[in-house]
Amino acid sequence: MLTQIYKNLIVQTVCRIIIPFIQIYALYVIAHGHYSPGGGFQGGVILAAALALIFLAYGQDAAVRRLNRHQAVILCAIGVFIYAGIGLLCLLAGGNFLDYSRLAPILGVTIPRARSLGILGVEIGVGLAVMSAMYSIIIDVAGKSTIAAPRDFVQLPKTKRDNVGPAA
Amino acid sequence: MKNIILTFVILTGGFLIYGTIDMPAWGDPQSPANSYVSPRYIEQALEKTETPNIVTAVLADYRGYDTMGETTVIFTAAIACALLLRGSTVGRKESE
Repeated sequence: MLTQIYKNLIVQTVCRIIIPFIQIYALYVIAHGHYSPGGGFQGGVILAAALALIFLAYGQDAAVRRLNRHQAVILCAIGVFIYAGIGLLCLLAGGNFLDYSRLAPILGVTIPRARSLGILGVEIGVGLAVMSAMYSIIIDVAGKSTIAAPRDFVQLPKTKRDNVGPAA
Repeated sequence: MKNIILTFVILTGGFLIYGTIDMPAWGDPQSPANSYVSPRYIEQALEKTETPNIVTAVLADYRGYDTMGETTVIFTAAIACALLLRGSTVGRKESE
């Protein structure tokens, strides 16, 4: 259990500088992934690496305060839902499952553009699912946070309080 | 019980290895995958999917359903880890 935070000014300062760049690079990999090397899987893992860096440099509580384990699993499910939802949308528009060209009338764009946007949406879903799955596994393996996770998934506590969420 | 399970696992593994004997040699240019499927993707991907990147066309268009399965596998891995490692919080205090 990582209850004691390894405080190191150099590590924390470097992480504070480098984490935004890692995240922007991850967004670039996801956003450009459908036309150049990259994609949702790779970008999602880079985003998870940024969260893991927060975890390692600032301790488990700092990471869990940004994204706790319940939210991570819910985000993962939302990612899969975005993918399947785009497929179902194509199905509802009269095409095959994941036939992106049927999205053109809905989005009001040309067919190649609709295919590009459909694949981008799918990649975003994949990225979200991969990022939160990796992060969820990291915090599961690392052990329990000293911050109690709220049971009802609403607002994260700003300070450490005992009365977090309704008593079960 | 353990022996029965082990027998089934070994049998299934044996059948799978037996199944690979009929597979075409790795990288064989005459194999069905290389003689029909790949040329078709390379020649027709642009006009059929209107995506300039063949890798993307195969990954997200021809095999979009497969990629959805991959995403579901990762989701399942996260859920399985959560179920195994988080444990039950019923009847136990959440903090510490």
